[in-house]
Amino acid sequence: MQINKFDIAKIRAEFPILKRQVHNKPLIYFDNGATVQKPQIVIDRINKYYTEENANIHRGVHHLSQEATSAYETARKTIQDYLGAQHEHEIIFTKGTTDGINLVAYSFGELLNAGDEIIISAMEHHSNIVPWQMLCERKNCTLRIIPMDTNGELDLAVYEQLLSEKTKLVAVTHISNALGTINDVEHIIEKAHQFGAKVLIDGAQAIQHIPVDVQTLDCDFYAFSGHKIFGPTGVGVLYGKSEILNKMPPYQGGGDMIKEVTLHKTTYNELPHKFEAGTPNIVGGIALGTAFEFLQTLDMEGLEKHEHDLLAYATDALKNMEGITIYGQAKNKTSVISFLVDGTHPYDVGTLLDKMGIAVRTGHHCTQPIMDFFGIPGTIRASFACYNNKEEIDIFVKALHRIIPLLKH
Amino acid sequence: MTIADKEQAIIDEFAIYDDWMDKYEYIIELGKELPLIAANYKTDDRLIKGCQSRVWLHAENNHGKMQFTADSDAIITKGIIALLIRVLNEESPAQVAKAELGFIKEIGLQEHLSPTRSNGLVSMVKQMKMEALKNVK
Ligand SMILES: Cc1ncc(COP(=O)(O)O)c(C=O)c1O
Repeated sequence: MQINKFDIAKIRAEFPILKRQVHNKPLIYFDNGATVQKPQIVIDRINKYYTEENANIHRGVHHLSQEATSAYETARKTIQDYLGAQHEHEIIFTKGTTDGINLVAYSFGELLNAGDEIIISAMEHHSNIVPWQMLCERKNCTLRIIPMDTNGELDLAVYEQLLSEKTKLVAVTHISNALGTINDVEHIIEKAHQFGAKVLIDGAQAIQHIPVDVQTLDCDFYAFSGHKIFGPTGVGVLYGKSEILNKMPPYQGGGDMIKEVTLHKTTYNELPHKFEAGTPNIVGGIALGTAFEFLQTLDMEGLEKHEHDLLAYATDALKNMEGITIYGQAKNKTSVISFLVDGTHPYDVGTLLDKMGIAVRTGHHCTQPIMDFFGIPGTIRASFACYNNKEEIDIFVKALHRIIPLLKH
Repeated sequence: MTIADKEQAIIDEFAIYDDWMDKYEYIIELGKELPLIAANYKTDDRLIKGCQSRVWLHAENNHGKMQFTADSDAIITKGIIALLIRVLNEESPAQVAKAELGFIKEIGLQEHLSPTRSNGLVSMVKQMKMEALKNVK
């Protein structure tokens, strides 16, 4: 199933949930930054696994276990190929982005010493802030912050001044979930490497929007969640360069991650199993592989153009309305619009949009420091995916025109 | 009027709206009309922080009758507060403490009193009852 030209009608047809109604209105799903909907082949894959294949993996000689193991490891290979990783064992299955970042914060963190420095940016999701704060407390390290400007772009000149021999890790987001900014991570990575620092990229918002190749980026770690890239919840991937992963101690102990256990001493398994203790989310991993197969069928260039058109179309429409402020106006931006309407509260706008079948996110989007920077409690965020279209944006804009006069004080 | 009477009156008022938009317009009007809380009471110790909207609540016991004033930064939240206050104000602490407030569900606004909504309303109702309980002899 190669969808050569980007064909929006064909793509929409892949997502059964788009046919449902909410409050008796056709669903318009603009909360793709939180999670994206699932194509039929991913749903079918989950169903097939439990219907025909369920078994534990890596531990049975029986047929079903062999089959399940093979499906799980094939998924790992599919993901490796898509991300352009050098080795299969550099793909570690996790619970999601948060889990992957915590793994690195704990395990890579064990290699750090008092006085070492970690750099993050001012536009990180809480899950790329809190684990580093915890690490800094645990190891007496220092956290440094790359500032951003009012367009929502990072100040890379300041970043270069923050880098020093003390910098051991730089952890930044590829794309901001609250502002849509696409950061120049190639540049960030290159500069960090000049000081021998490693770089973790939070890719939670990236893979569904832009092509990602970890070797081209030359990042040391890349973390993302399955549920944001057409896969299931509860599964994600941490990519890491094997020479670094090999030096890192295990994160959690248990089954699967061991080579030999006596009651006093354990030797650890090889990558990737060293970091995959316990029975994993087997169906999650397998269906995530299917999600990547789905991604492969998409014309990425066409997808980027389509999403860019949606962003430009919606931005123009909102800019033409009175009293709307858009937060995040980076030159290089994905299809996310965070905004506020003068004299109204995001909760009220979100509530009334919901009544019209339109799902948006309101609040701080797990990025309180960004909201503090702009001096606002939160925003309304419309985030588009490849299956959204201009007709939906028209309805959304019409809905705003209808509800804003009601809400103004 | 008992609490039950007041709840029934509200249910009757809402019965004329069959369109959700009209219903919300009415709630928004309620929210706009009421000057709910004295400015000097809008302090941090009276603030109930929801993730989505914030609520301030002040409670007094005036000769055995509870008096509530409250406010919110979100207008829909404020309108629902106006309804809750209309039902619970001037009632005895014991009556407030055991009020079940079923009318919210009856008029189709239950979703706003769901803990996952995180708008401060659930905590506000809890707080109203706590304040009442302090005054139950
Ligand atoms: C940029 C970014 N980082 C991290 C996360 C956390 O992802 P998860 O909750 O799937 O672990 C998110 C999810 O909203 C995100 O947008």
